[in-house]
Amino acid sequence: MNNNAQKFQEDAARVCADSTHRRIIGTALDKYAQGRDKKIAEFQDWEQARESAARIKQEGLDDLEPLLRTLTKKLTRRGTHVYRAPTGADACRIVLNILKQNGAKTMVKSKSMASEEIHLNEALEKEGYRSIESDLGEYIVQLREEPPYHIVFPAMHLTRHQISDLFRDKLGSEPTENPEELTMIARKNLRKEYVQADVGFTGANFAVAETGMISITENEGNSRLSASLPKIMITLIGIEKIVPRMQDLSLLLPMLATVGAAQSITCYNTLYGGPRQPDECDGPEEYHVILLDNGRSRLAKDNTFREILRCIRCGSCINVCPIYGNVGGHAYNATYPGPIGSVLMPRLFDLQSYKHLSFACSLCGACRDMCPVKIDLPLLLLKNREDASTTQPKFFEKLAFKAMSLLFNKPLFWKWGKRMGWIGQKFHPLIEGSVVDPAQCWTATRKAPKLKWKSFKDLWKKHSQ
Amino acid sequence: MNMNTVPGFKEILPLAETEYQAMIRQFAVKSAELTTRFFHLFGIEETIRTLKTLALQEKWKSLASHHTNLTHSLVDTLNLPALWTDSGYSTEEMERVDASVTLCDALVAQTGSLFINSRTCGGRALSILPPHHIVIATPEQLLPDLPTAFQYMQDKYKDDYPSMMSLVTGPSRTGDIERILVLGAHGPRKLTVILIEKPN
Amino acid sequence: MKITLFAPCFIDAMFPDVAMNAVKIFESLGHQVDAPEEVACCGQPAFNTGYWDEARNVASKVVERLCDVEALVLPSGSCTAMIHKFYPELFKGHSLEQKANRLAAHTWEFSDFLVSRLGVTDLGASFPARVTFHDGCHGLRELGIHDQPRALLSHVRGLTLVEMEKVQCCGFGGTFSAKFPSISSSMGESKVAMIMKTGAEYVVSNDSSCLMHIQGVADKQRKLIKSIHLIDLLVRHE
Repeated sequence: MNNNAQKFQEDAARVCADSTHRRIIGTALDKYAQGRDKKIAEFQDWEQARESAARIKQEGLDDLEPLLRTLTKKLTRRGTHVYRAPTGADACRIVLNILKQNGAKTMVKSKSMASEEIHLNEALEKEGYRSIESDLGEYIVQLREEPPYHIVFPAMHLTRHQISDLFRDKLGSEPTENPEELTMIARKNLRKEYVQADVGFTGANFAVAETGMISITENEGNSRLSASLPKIMITLIGIEKIVPRMQDLSLLLPMLATVGAAQSITCYNTLYGGPRQPDECDGPEEYHVILLDNGRSRLAKDNTFREILRCIRCGSCINVCPIYGNVGGHAYNATYPGPIGSVLMPRLFDLQSYKHLSFACSLCGACRDMCPVKIDLPLLLLKNREDASTTQPKFFEKLAFKAMSLLFNKPLFWKWGKRMGWIGQKFHPLIEGSVVDPAQCWTATRKAPKLKWKSFKDLWKKHSQ
Repeated sequence: MNMNTVPGFKEILPLAETEYQAMIRQFAVKSAELTTRFFHLFGIEETIRTLKTLALQEKWKSLASHHTNLTHSLVDTLNLPALWTDSGYSTEEMERVDASVTLCDALVAQTGSLFINSRTCGGRALSILPPHHIVIATPEQLLPDLPTAFQYMQDKYKDDYPSMMSLVTGPSRTGDIERILVLGAHGPRKLTVILIEKPN
Repeated sequence: MKITLFAPCFIDAMFPDVAMNAVKIFESLGHQVDAPEEVACCGQPAFNTGYWDEARNVASKVVERLCDVEALVLPSGSCTAMIHKFYPELFKGHSLEQKANRLAAHTWEFSDFLVSRLGVTDLGASFPARVTFHDGCHGLRELGIHDQPRALLSHVRGLTLVEMEKVQCCGFGGTFSAKFPSISSSMGESKVAMIMKTGAEYVVSNDSSCLMHIQGVADKQRKLIKSIHLIDLLVRHE
């Protein structure tokens, strides 16, 4: 087992045994689920909505390069600098260059999972730049020096007491149990960051080819502030976020809000096409849009896995995943956790480091039923498993399955295999659950079922005489 | 505007009223859910009275707005120091105002939303920085649903878009602490929408 | 009609009565039953672990032997899903593709077959007890089985059905239960807690693998829950 897989097992086991932790995330997820179901029920035809959304995103993928060219042309025409970053390191370099060329020192950031993916904050800190997260959840985990717990709700795992203690320790604020007061503390501290920051950095949810715009969804207003006050604005967006038409947003935005946050629509859905125009009184003097590839164009050409790029990063698969509910976000040790991460991480990055995530799934299918763009996540996980077992087979596992096929295909072998198993079972109680028990992976936490002397095949033989 | 050009999302999305009075009712219901204060008023005089009441209740010392006949006809009567963003402004000064008054592109009854833009609504910060954002709208701006609203923006601006267009739905909020809803995260804590009918 | 019953590997070895009771039910309804000796496993363990060549090795036997049967019925949602949903995927581009598709189209889970195909919901059973029903994930989400078992339970005299507060995976997941035992058991514990909350004496399911896992966890925790397969319940006359 490689290091990542080993660490995952340990972290997962730790959280599984931590009933307090599980209760906190369980309560948050249940609350979300009730709200989400209510919002889904408000749609006249949710299933048709999923069909249409899947079709729109698929269209975006099928026509990826031409749409990106149209987007780039239209953005550029309005004075936006557009870059294509082949890798995460390239994207970090582009951001650093923009900061260097403008003598910038601080950057205020709004939510961007893509920036987590490329480890942007670390790259900036290494060069001595300050990068401040302004989304409340991201701000909290940044102060705690830990990664986000969830792609939509980064601080889902924390109680108000923990946040109060954190603010007291890091910001010197008065302790309080009141979520409103805690929010106001963050608001006050972040205010000066917006006003003073040289650069405003945002992620994005969609890019509209038809009109050459970047669409950003949020509730807090921090992204809009990052896009209004600083002189320079940078947006990092994965190339797969492209949609053909402006009209597509009229469906995708309410769907994203419904399953992502249990809202009819989020508070601010803003479209940016360029820097401040000559007839406008404020706004950034420069607008830079970085189109991030980092393996996406390669995936888009892969007939088996390309549908994963339909993902709109709503987090709803994560919210219904029973594994996530038991092990939490940090155990994945991956930018993208849950079902989406378990498919994407081995494909965007490397199979060896992340394949264990594709196996850490009971294939229950809840994620597929919830996905607003109808990605067949369980099937893609199975295909990741096939890829892993074909290209990096585990010797004894492969041998075991070869032996099993012999056992199953030859009636005589199967008959005597069962008999021998029944006999061996007699001695099993001596070692059941202990380290020498070959079935310890089961018996450590569960009682083992019993093989019967007379199998169904025996009973049937007698019955059909 | 040709409503027939808007494609089939209308049958999929939540039900939207299309008759004017029903749209007003739907916008009012959605606003209440969002904690947006919605006033449906008749004439400038009534609007001025409402704004004066708000100014008193909230103890406004100054506000911000952008130059249009309509905004001037309202803001000037309040006799308060006003910051006009059109020729530029200092962020420090904008930070001190108690409220902003802007026009909008459209209202959306289906969701209780409104569209604003950076060209004709006083810039990017005016509607997001001050703690109370007041939006002034007129009847022809009330649209039934999101597909119609997006189509409207496309038809209105054609290829000459403002650099920013924002669909605003309610005051700013967050659920990041234990998924408990808190208003006024970074954007305005209060949103007021005033729809002014011509007086009878 | 002629019904071919396929008792999957673990039912054959550990829960033979479930398959035998299925035979009795079909025969009591006047149908002829066949249970071929040559097939022992649907190939799901290898398939789920990514060893598709090894899975095909086992599944080919099933396809060759059973592709022309009138109706193939399995007393397990997950094994039915393997044949009905995943054989077409497994044999895509393979020489047995057509036969696999033909077999998939004629494969049914037991309760689905009884209710949807034969139109039978009342078997005259009686089982006075408070029970809750656990929907096996494959049966529920791959095959759409939800109402069928409940239709059957509604006609069991004396039985009270209480639903759990939500639908959730029990944590078995095939080889997942062995590869990630801590997560699997944790999920099993949540399921046991949900069952206890209903106050039910029995947890019923159309999947023995789920019941094996749930009972295993409950026994280790010394929780007083009994499990019974839907088919075993339907032959009771208490």
